[in-house]
Formats: sequence, structure tokens, C-alpha cells
Amino acid sequence: MKKTQLAVTLLAAAVALAGCGDKKPAAQAEKGADKGAPAASAAAVEVKIGHVAPLTGGIAHLGKDNENGARLAIDEANAAGVKLDGKDVKFVLVAEDDQADPKVGTTVAQKLVDAKVVGVVGHLNSGTSIPASPIYNQAGIPVISGSATNPKLTEQGFKNQFRVVGRDDQQGPAIASYIASERKPKVVAVIDDATAYGEGIANEVEKTLKAAKVQVLPREKGTDKTTDWKAILTKLRGRNPDAVFYGGMDATGGPLLKQGKELGMKAVFSFGDGACTDKMQELAGSAAEGLLCSQAGIPPMAASKKFIDAYKAKFNQDPILYAPFTYDATNLLIEAMKKADSSDPKKYLPELQKISFNGATGPISFDDKGDRKDAEITIFTMKGGKIEPIAVVKAGKTLTYEEFVKTMGTAK
Amino acid sequence: MDTFLQQVINGLTAGSVYAVVALGYTMVYGIIQLINFAHGEVVMIGAMVAFTVINALVPAGLPPVVIVLIGAGCAVPVCMLVGYAMERLAYRPLRHAPRLAPLITAIGVSIILQHLALLVWSRNILAFPQIIPSRTYLIGGAAITTIQIAILAICFALMAALAVLVYRTRLGTAMRATAQNAQVAGLMGIDINKVIAATFIIGAGLGAVAGVLYGTYYGIAQYTMGSILGLKAFSAAVLGGIGNIPGAMLGGVLLGIVEALGAGYIGDFTDLCQYGFFAARISDCAGGGNFVLFGSNYQDVFAFIVLILVLVFRPSGLLGERVGDRA
Repeated sequence: MKKTQLAVTLLAAAVALAGCGDKKPAAQAEKGADKGAPAASAAAVEVKIGHVAPLTGGIAHLGKDNENGARLAIDEANAAGVKLDGKDVKFVLVAEDDQADPKVGTTVAQKLVDAKVVGVVGHLNSGTSIPASPIYNQAGIPVISGSATNPKLTEQGFKNQFRVVGRDDQQGPAIASYIASERKPKVVAVIDDATAYGEGIANEVEKTLKAAKVQVLPREKGTDKTTDWKAILTKLRGRNPDAVFYGGMDATGGPLLKQGKELGMKAVFSFGDGACTDKMQELAGSAAEGLLCSQAGIPPMAASKKFIDAYKAKFNQDPILYAPFTYDATNLLIEAMKKADSSDPKKYLPELQKISFNGATGPISFDDKGDRKDAEITIFTMKGGKIEPIAVVKAGKTLTYEEFVKTMGTAK
Repeated sequence: MDTFLQQVINGLTAGSVYAVVALGYTMVYGIIQLINFAHGEVVMIGAMVAFTVINALVPAGLPPVVIVLIGAGCAVPVCMLVGYAMERLAYRPLRHAPRLAPLITAIGVSIILQHLALLVWSRNILAFPQIIPSRTYLIGGAAITTIQIAILAICFALMAALAVLVYRTRLGTAMRATAQNAQVAGLMGIDINKVIAATFIIGAGLGAVAGVLYGTYYGIAQYTMGSILGLKAFSAAVLGGIGNIPGAMLGGVLLGIVEALGAGYIGDFTDLCQYGFFAARISDCAGGGNFVLFGSNYQDVFAFIVLILVLVFRPSGLLGERVGDRA
């Protein structure tokens, strides 16, 4: 990847130098290129699609999963062969690492804009997606996140910003109303990791619980690197909550859960989608049993069989979490380009806005803000070392998972 | 009361791990006035090696305690080797260079070790195998697990052993002599290179044990785990007086307890709703609400405020001595 970038830079420098030196040869060269056009159309035109997720750090496994989803879509499109504007097109994935760091996120965004990508899938985190979004917006590049759930992302009035996943203000209320109605707690403690994502979802949970007349303890906060939660949990234990909600990722959520049980807390522990993986079992051991968590959208295993089979065949592992969504996001970009018959962001953006696409995660269309219409939220519990879906919340209604699967069946 | 006791137990456990790591910093500083920033990475490598060995041995069906002991038994020599290599290759050639050069080198070594670990153990967060069945005991309402008891016992035993080594053996005498004045110690027939290498090796061995304990306690290991742990331990060493071995022990335990109590109580004390003056003026307080000025997210800040206060009033740390010829 570095080498091609270097080559591109050198080429650009050479072109610029040639342009400075003497204009005639450059003009001739252009003519020459024109003459060679029929031959060039045989060789595919490269269309670059960017992907950004943390590939280092605590949630690198999720970042790689996202990238795999996007890569699968690109490889499939290339294998099928796409023609835009009469020319063969080869899609190239420009994968970048934002380290889940907002500062790095903006740097990487600028890098992608400079590399002239025509669309971006990402970022993984809300905390990096939001600061990066104005950069893409200014460049007019469509961005689809497969996992950023903070409401603010699509509330900035950017026409080029989309997401194929539900929002925290849908996810938070969903898990909160499930807890309130099914577990009937009197007192709930809410903790977050002080990131845009964690705080966002924790705020929504708190709001919904308070509306349901459940007492919520003052918010406790850690960081996205905290491993020792004992001080906070000890304090909470003194207040005897019936349920604990943590807004954060599995790398910090696992130790939190383990330490809570070690301290003898009897509360039900619940999490948002960032800590809704089978990895919680490894990280927290037997303490993970019975946890509740939510995922925007539908579980990876409920994604289309075609996607899961292709993913397994290519990467030799199961999709972890958001891969079906980044897969869909990438396909949406390609689909919109096909409809517009152009890879020019200006031309295919209107197609993206009114798209109606049947992806690996079900039918997708966008509302005015760029949010997915009627996004489902699934509630899971940990049972025998695996997270199992137990309920689906859609448009404010809670269905058990079996009921939901049935409705899907009748719909088809 | 049980909450307070619990916080102290939590703090004591975390603090004793800090203390063992801090010993590595303080011993090296004491002897060659180098802040070995790569020490945190040695701890991480200890945890990682133990992780690999334990994972490999789990299917063998040995008793869990034996497996963990073998894991630690492999981690210690590996870390000692890393410690020795670090001293021999990176620091010894710079022994007489200006002090900034070895300091920058230490940061470089830290980055190199971190990325080597990334290559070997991947960037993923690793779930440290939790094979030792952890039983929880209740003491006056506070829970303490078998692992916590083991950590406390091991850490204090290590500290005692180190104290014996430094104050009661020939090697310890040589180390103290070298720390006081390396040149004169050399003239007295002490092989300084050997003594300094031994210091690095002992520090790295302690770090390895701390890494295994940390992994077992929190259940996770990752290639970046050394940096924050190293920073805390370094602060603990400074708090106790860097270069001073009992100081590092005291500093570590104290830092752990201050952190735990800070996180546990700062929110309660700064909940403005309990003070009549504010309660009447802040709308959030109506109906039993809360308005917390500093929440538990300030726990690290709290620990460092204590550090700053100590350094303002005792610049050489709690037990550090004012030594004229030491910078």
C-alpha cells in the first residue's frame, strides 16, 4: 500500500515538474494519451473506496472485522466485473487505521480526501466519525458508517453522511425499556467510558429509565483504557443497584463485569453493542453468564447466509460484529455508482440518497438525515458462553426473537 | 464501613502490584540515574509469555496452580534476558553519554519492545486464561478473592526478599556502593558492569512476576498494557522518592490506595446537592437528584494531585533523601 502511494506521489511530482519545464511536451503527452484511449479502456479504471477503522489498539479485532466486510464486497464486485460510463472499473480498497483516536481520525480522513477516494466506509467509532465528517463533507465524498451509532453524526446537516446501523437514541431506549419492562429494577447504576459513543448511549439509557420511573444513580465514568473498575463498583455496591448499564467497549466491559461479580454484586449487568460479543465470555469468564446487551440491527448470524458463507470462505472465521454492515455499506456505494453510471461523488450521491437496496442485513433505505429507516435493535443475553438473541425492538415494539424470526418468515 | 474497607483492599492489591513494578524503576535509577521507560514493556512481555505458556499447558490437564507457576517460571527468565539485553545493547554503550541520550534511548527501547510484542502476540486484546478457581471471602462485609490474597502475599514476599538481597548480601552491598559512587566502587574492586547488569536483571524478574499477577487479576493482556502500568509505577517510585527502595514500596501501595479512595469518594464529596447552599440553587437537585462536580472519571487526576502535593512539599519524595551530588 505504501509503495503504491509513493509511486503515485512520485508520478504526480514528475507530472508537475514536466508541466513547469516545458508546456509543449506535456500537451503532446496529453494528445498521446487521447490517442491511446481505446487501448486504455481495456485496462480497468481504478476507483478507490476508503475504509477507516482502528487496526491497532483495544478494539483492533472489531476494526479488522469491519475491514474484512468492506474487502469482501469490493472483491465480489471486482470478480463480477463492473462497467461505469462504458469503461471497466476495478475497485480498490484504501484501508486506513485511525487508532480509535479522534486526532488520528481527522488526519486519516484528510489523507483519504487527498488520495481522491470516491467514497468512504467508516469510521468504526462515533468518536472518530464525528470529527472526520466535516472533512469528507467539504470534499463532497459520501461516507457510510457501518457501526457509528452516536446520533450527532447525522445531525450535522451533512448531505453526504449516512449510516446503515441504528442510532444510540434508538439503541439506548431499546435496551433500557427492555430492562425496565422485563427485569423491573428499582435502582439502576449507569457507567460510561467517557467517549462519544459510551456517553451517548448511557445518556439515552438514563433518559429512558427515568421516564419509566426507575431511580438512576449519579453517573460513574472510567476511560476507554480503564482496567480497574473496582473503586467505582465498590462504591456502587454500597447503593445496591438491581441493574448496571455500561456504555463502552468489550475490552473495558469484560474486566468491569468480572470485577463486579468478584465483589459479590447481584445486579444484572447490561451493555450496548460495543460490548455485545462472544469475547465477553473470554474476558469475564463465568461472570459473563446472564449479561444483557443490545446490538443495533440484527445479529451477524442473522445476516444473509450468502454473506456469512462468503465471509467464512474468504477469511476463515466468523464475522464478529459489524462486518455485515460494512459489507452492505460498501455495496451501497457500488450500487449507487452503478445506478448513476459514474464514480463521480457529485453524480452518484443523489442515487445513494434515494437508494432502496436489499443487503446482507435486510432492506436498506435512508431518511433525510442519512439514517437507516426502521433500524432494528436486538437484545442479547449470554448463555453457555455464547450471546443469544432474546428479543428484537423495532419501531418501539418489543418482540421475542422467535416472534421476530417468524415475522421475517411470513414477510418473505 | 464495608465500602471503605473494600476500597482499601482494592487499593492495596493494585498498589502492591504498582510497588513491585516501581522497584524496577527505582533500582535502575538508584544505580545509574536512568529512568528506564522500557520497564513497563518488560512487565507486558512477562504477562504475554505467561499467557502463551499457560494457554499451551491448559490442555495438558495439570492442576491450575502448577500451570500458572510454570507460566511465571517461563516469564521470569525471558524477562531477565530482555532486561539484560536492554542494558547490554542499549544503555551500556551510552553510560558516559549526556543523560538525555540514554533517556531518549529508553523511550526508543520501549517503542521497539511494544511493537515486537504487537508482531508476536497480535494487536488484539488477549483474554488471560482464568484457570485458577477464584473463591471470594467476606471480611467485615468486604470481599477478598483468593487471587487478591495471593497477589498481596507474593508482592510482599518479593519486597521482603529484595530488601534482604540489597541490605544483607554481598551483591546488595556492591549495588549500594555502585549507587553511591560508581568510580570509587570500581576502584575498590567491584565489577560495575556486572552489578549494573544484575540490577537490570533483578528488576526485570520482578517486573515479570508483576505482569503475571496483573494478567491473572484483571484477566486481560495486551501489547499496550505496559505503558499505563509503567506510568503509574513510575509515579509511585517518584512519590516514594526515586532511587529509594523502601520508598518505591511505600509509594506503590500509597498510590493504589489513594486512587481507590479517590475514585470511591470524590463523587460523593463533590455532589453539590448535599450542601444546602447549592441544593437550593441547582435545578438538578430537585427531587433527590444529584449534581456531581467531579465524578469518578477524575480518579487518575486525584492520584496525580496527591503526587504533585507531595513533590511540592517534599521534592525528593516521601522517603527520598536530599543528596547533594545527585541531580
